[in-house]
Amino acid sequence: MQTILLTVVVVSVISAILALILTFADKYIADYGEVNLVINGEEPLIVEGGDSLLTTLRQQKIFIPSACGGKATCGYCKVKVLSGAGPILATELPFLSKEEQAENTRLSCQVKLKQDMTIEIPEELFNVREYDVTVESIVDVTDKIKRVRFKLPEGETIKFKPGQYVQIMAPAYEGNDEEVYRAYSIASSALDHNHIELFIGFAGGIGTTYVHKYLKVGDIVKLNGPYGDFYYQDGEGEVLLVGAGTGMAPLLSILYHLRDNKVERKVRMLFGARTPDDLFALEEMKMFEEELHDFKFMPTLSRVTEEMNWQGDTGRVNNSIEKYVEKGENLTAYLCGSPVMIESIKESLAEKDIPEDHIHYDAF
Amino acid sequence: MIQVHPLVIFFASIFTSNMIFSNFLGMCSFTSVSKEIETAAGLGIAVTFVLAITTVLNYIVYHYILVYFGLEYLRFIIFILVIAAFVQFLEMVLEKYLENLYYSLGIFLPLITVNCAIMGVSLFMVTRNYNLVQTAFFGLGSGIGWALAIVSMAGIRSRINEDNLPLGLGGPAITLITTGIMAMAFIGFSGIVSIS
Repeated sequence: MQTILLTVVVVSVISAILALILTFADKYIADYGEVNLVINGEEPLIVEGGDSLLTTLRQQKIFIPSACGGKATCGYCKVKVLSGAGPILATELPFLSKEEQAENTRLSCQVKLKQDMTIEIPEELFNVREYDVTVESIVDVTDKIKRVRFKLPEGETIKFKPGQYVQIMAPAYEGNDEEVYRAYSIASSALDHNHIELFIGFAGGIGTTYVHKYLKVGDIVKLNGPYGDFYYQDGEGEVLLVGAGTGMAPLLSILYHLRDNKVERKVRMLFGARTPDDLFALEEMKMFEEELHDFKFMPTLSRVTEEMNWQGDTGRVNNSIEKYVEKGENLTAYLCGSPVMIESIKESLAEKDIPEDHIHYDAF
Repeated sequence: MIQVHPLVIFFASIFTSNMIFSNFLGMCSFTSVSKEIETAAGLGIAVTFVLAITTVLNYIVYHYILVYFGLEYLRFIIFILVIAAFVQFLEMVLEKYLENLYYSLGIFLPLITVNCAIMGVSLFMVTRNYNLVQTAFFGLGSGIGWALAIVSMAGIRSRINEDNLPLGLGGPAITLITTGIMAMAFIGFSGIVSIS
């Protein structure tokens, strides 16, 4: 009995002493004081040193996209560090090309802020904020896709371009023990600064399982954004929107933008699905057909049977491009769907002599 | 207590009782980090440094705390705790004061915590009843021996053309075979000094 007690005491005391030494070391040795952080040549921010650049920027409400949470496994959190960082670490090398290494691009999760530092980040990331949004409604639009509407906190607004995406945080839940951020395109109108709507399809991953199995109306969710360089750009000529599944989201936001700004361009939307049951947002499509200058929603179904009584196009979306797009037409295309689909659509458009800089796409 | 001169222990632990070639300890980092001489040397130096210090620390903890309370059987847990804490501490110190060293050695430090050679040396120090001076030389010698082994292995591996090997014998397999041959070569030193 005495030995057991003694064992417990000795192990505890030794562990406690070691822990104490490390705590003091962390406080005094790993203390880097306050350092100046210069971003894009603006006024220096005075921040606490010792943390990773990613964490420090997040504390300053500047959100660098990161999917792995600072473990150097996703490679998204790249920023240009002009001065103040050490040499490139072995953990970063797999993610940086030769050109990126030459222009001092680093993974911000691996760079530790120990002295004054000068960095460059894309201007649009300044717009990125984090919000605690409330789930206002969840609607099943098909058996696999939910349309979730979030309300921003009172007094806060979000500004985004139609086509951009946000990240929502899936917290730890049963079967998932880490917080992860997952990206979804915004489906709602850019004029509505107080709400965000997303289409979230069930794919069995951490994020989609969270939304489909756990998320309830009234829940509070961490959301940050907007991100992305896929958005509607003003111009001349026809607009061709092509999507499938949850790829509907950014296209819907673009349609709202066209309606709200009374843009007088010819707009066609090709949408790929398997059966009529996989189509959604049909009422909105009808509304756009009535309210837009010149708009037609042209879904094409790949698995129709006689009983479905389908009048529209059949086959893959590529067939519809073959059928409706004229060679060399002045047309700007916005594509959103799986990488495989985007690649094949790009090929079909290239056959129609649509120049590459007229094709914008967001593959997920 | 066996009275062996500390210098004998020092040379014996480099050549005749080499951690790798006669005890086969610390093999995981030995096989995985021995591809390039430069990184192998980095890890070797880091291991030597940590070994030299943790063995002495463990000696003090063992003889003045564990033996005093009659809790010798706790040494496995306590040694690991001391090694882990020391490595963590070392990482912080290097990062702050010796930045260049940190960038060349720092990434190896977390690997060292789980290096069996370090644990092994501390345990040998107990079973062989060394005194403090002997322990200090034993730790330092073992570290140098380990570093010597990994650097020479990296030198050999950089000259092996794996294209000529049967498919299943590449990478770790040929490394282990080479280690075996090197271990036999090290038997040639066995007449010089001996400890057991």
